[in-house]
Parts: sequence; structure tokens; C-alpha cells
Amino acid sequence: MSAAPVKVELPAEEKAILDSLTKLGDKAKVVFSKPNRIKISVFADNLVEVAKFVRDELRFDQCANVTGTDFPKEKQLEITFHFNSIDGAGLRRIIVAVACRVPSSAPELPSLIEIFPSVNYHERETTEMLGCIFKGHPNLSRFLLPEDWNDIPPMLKAYRLPGRLESE
Amino acid sequence: MSLPVGSGMLTQAVADDKLTVSIGPQHPGAGHFRFTITVEGDEIVDAVPDPGYVHRGAEKQTEYRTYLQSIPMLERSSLTDVTNIIMPFSMAAEELMGIEIPPRAKYLRMIMGENQRIISHLYWMGIQGIFLGHSTAFMWPLGDRDIFVDLGQMIGGARITYSYAIPGGVRNDMPDDFKDRAIKVFNYFEKRLVDYERIFFQNPLFLKRTQGVGVLPRNEAISLGVVGQVLRASSVKSDVRIDEPYNFYKDMDFEVPTYETGDTWARCMVHLVEMRQSMRIIRQCLDKMPQGPVRAKLSPQQRTVVGEAYSRVEGARGAMSFHIISDGSTKPYRVKISVPSFRNLIALPRLLIGSHVADMPAIYWSLDYWPVEADR
Repeated sequence: MSAAPVKVELPAEEKAILDSLTKLGDKAKVVFSKPNRIKISVFADNLVEVAKFVRDELRFDQCANVTGTDFPKEKQLEITFHFNSIDGAGLRRIIVAVACRVPSSAPELPSLIEIFPSVNYHERETTEMLGCIFKGHPNLSRFLLPEDWNDIPPMLKAYRLPGRLESE
Repeated sequence: MSLPVGSGMLTQAVADDKLTVSIGPQHPGAGHFRFTITVEGDEIVDAVPDPGYVHRGAEKQTEYRTYLQSIPMLERSSLTDVTNIIMPFSMAAEELMGIEIPPRAKYLRMIMGENQRIISHLYWMGIQGIFLGHSTAFMWPLGDRDIFVDLGQMIGGARITYSYAIPGGVRNDMPDDFKDRAIKVFNYFEKRLVDYERIFFQNPLFLKRTQGVGVLPRNEAISLGVVGQVLRASSVKSDVRIDEPYNFYKDMDFEVPTYETGDTWARCMVHLVEMRQSMRIIRQCLDKMPQGPVRAKLSPQQRTVVGEAYSRVEGARGAMSFHIISDGSTKPYRVKISVPSFRNLIALPRLLIGSHVADMPAIYWSLDYWPVEADR
């Protein structure tokens, strides 16, 4: 079962964002766009440039969330940054998601802390939960997990909760 | 046998004139949380938060449960704000299931959400009162909080964990006598808020300890990504209820308080005003809500579409959002919870550094940081 394509007329702000994104050319691919939500995917090499574009051109000034997802079949991790805007006119209802796929064998991304100071703790959490290293982050030490955690990062699909069956 | 004690747990001199002190992890306010401060005299020169003492892996747990089964587990993360933490989860699940919930269910969600906000703010006020050495401001709000817990019990059946805003609507309709009871409670509590203002919020002791203390300027509040009362106290009129209105907040007449000063006093005042506004919203809901069903038809093993959804609501402490990635099965593939306490934690070291040790409790609790919610 897959999502049925529903034709919804996009509000003007979303259309303007999509128009601006064409300036990035191949560097950012729009995954989906619906009212209030836009997701783009980028390569790791272009992440910093796209993040600067999201801040300066699209006027999104806060990082609301960072989600890391493990896709073991593709042997990839998808790190998604969700940005919201405070000072952009009419943009507060919109969340722009910037997703980046990295190989599970050596997950590494440049840190966005210089561009969005608000990613600080979100990146730290993603590092310990999925093992993705954010290069340039000043402190990626233990945050939520116990200090003596001695296992693989727990949000990887290979990590099974103790006491749970393989079939669950 | 002596227990091993990590060196970080001890108070230690890091330089001739500096001392590192560990605060917590046994309930510095409410919930287990630890931070270390380095002091020079009575000035804080460094502050390092160390959360995670109540991390229970709620995100991982959801991967083993159906959408409905996750509800009771998820609301344990934020016991003072149970309706608002499961509402965005249910909204995201409904988007993935492709169902629209009945209008009456939306009104009931708003009533419970706003009631929850008052419960949470009263709890906050009690702790802030005792932190500032004001015992009456601890006793009164916690006593009055019980009346709102009673109101929640009338609808939800339980006192704290209602599991009320489930995917598909709400669990049950409200009883017929709820409206009379609620209006009686609000009439009482509106007078009571005036008393609170008189004994606590206008108390010279409160003013001296909060005004000009822990100031977060507007531009820093935005760049650090704080939400809720912390953002509104720094003169940003941002609230998910007006930014991206969910349920029927578009039709509601209410104010979002903001203050220019960005100090501890402003963060406290936002809490006070919001309690009044929450009652105003519930009164309007009770007048406007239509009759009808409160739940959409839903299978316990309801399937979802392949895709992702990002939903957010204004919780008692700020924007509460859920990002769900679905592979089309009956269980979510990945759930990410972005909670206001976690987002506001970044302001703690920023505000503590440069403050005096005596101001630490007032600043810490003005952020309304709930460790269990932040750790998930």
C-alpha cells in the first residue's frame, strides 16, 4: 500500500520556497511538498551549503528536531533536520525537512552548529543513538545513555531490546 | 563494601579559586537530573547539564508496539502533560492512516489539553514557590491542582494517565454534568488567580529574586531554538496554537502573552497568564462543541501508508512534536519525539553562566524543565 497522490493546491509561501529551491539546482531534490511541510534530500557534501541557504534565503532560523533512521537493507542512515521559522513572514506554520543519507559503515556528516546553534544537543543525541559522527561539533560526549553503555547505538535496527523475541 | 563513586560526582577544586559542584541527580527540582556548575566565589563560571537519568528509550519501545499500544507507554514520559504528549503522536498516526477525526473529538482534545496545561502550570508554580522560599505558593497551587485533576478524572477516568487522545479521536465522551462542574471550578479559580498574584507574583521577595535575573535576549532565544514560555518571555509571540492552528484553535478567542524583558520574572508571568487563557478556551469549547461521535472507526491493527508525518502541538511547556516514519505496517518504523524540555535545556548553561549561585534555583525552574520528558 502506498500513499495515494492527492492533488492539493499549495499555499503561496510553500510555492515561493519551492521556487527558491530551484536556485540550488541538483544540490537539493524535493522529496515531497504539501501544505505546511516540505522535505528535501541532499548529499552530505552539499549539506552545509543547503543549510546556509535554508537560513539565509528561506529564512528558517531554528532547528526543531533531528531524526536519525536506520535502513539496514540499503545499509544507510537517514539523518533528517527539521527547521522552523520564527522571523520569516508567514512561515511559522511551515516545517522544512532536510534529509541526508550516509552509509551505515562509516556514518559521518558535517556539523551544522555554526549555522544553527540550536542543533547542538540534537546532534549529540543522534550521535549516541545512531553512531553518526558530526564533524566539527565541539562536544559529542555521552548525553542521554548511561555512562557505562557498552553496546551498539540503540536506535540502530540491529539493536534488539533485551527480553524481546527476534520475531517481534 | 563501599559503593564506587565516579569522580564527577564529587565536589572538587579545579583551580585555586574555582570549585566544581554537582547538583542532583536526586531531584534538583522535579525528576532526576544532574548538572555541574563551576563557581568562583558565588559566581557561576561554567555549567554543564548531564541529563539521561530517566531515559527509558520510549522511541525504541514504539517500534515493538502498534500505534494504539504505544499510547500508555508514551504518556509516562510527561506525567504532568499527558494529553499534550500523545496528541501529536495521534495526529501523526491519523495522517498516516488517512483518517479524519470527528469534530466533537477535536473539541474534547482541546478541553483536555488546556486542562492539562493548567495542571502542569500549577505544579510548576508550586515548585517555583518552594524554590523561592515561599511555602504558601507551594501549598495553594498544589491544593488547587487537585480540582483540575478531578476535572480530568471526570472525562478521562484516571487521575493522571488518561490515555485519552488516542488515534481516531478520544477514548470516550464527557459526562453530562461536566460543563456545570467546570464552570464552577473556573469561577472559583479565576478569583484564586487574583490571590496568587497578590501573595506571590507581586510579592517584593519574588520580584527581587526574579527581575533582571537570567536574561535571555530575543535573538539568542531564537537562535538557541527554545520554545514555549522561554521564547514568549523573550518577546517572541510564538505558539503552535496560533502559528499552525490544530483542532479548532483557529475559531478560539485567546491571547498569547509575551514579555519584553526575557528574565525569570517574565517566564513566571507567562505561566500565570496562560492559566487564565486556558480557562477562557475551555469555556468557549464547552459553548461551541457539537453533539456527535467522538471516535472514528479504527481497527486495533490499523495499517498505515508508507511515508512520514510530522505533527506538533503546543504542550504545557512549548512545542511538542512527533516525527513518524512508517513502512506501511501496523507498527511505526521510527518515531522521533521532539519535546520542549529537551529543546529548552540548551538555555540552562547560557543563563546560569555569569549568575550567582543563589539565583540558580529560580533560573532553573523558570525554564520549567521536566527531566523525564526531556530524556524520554
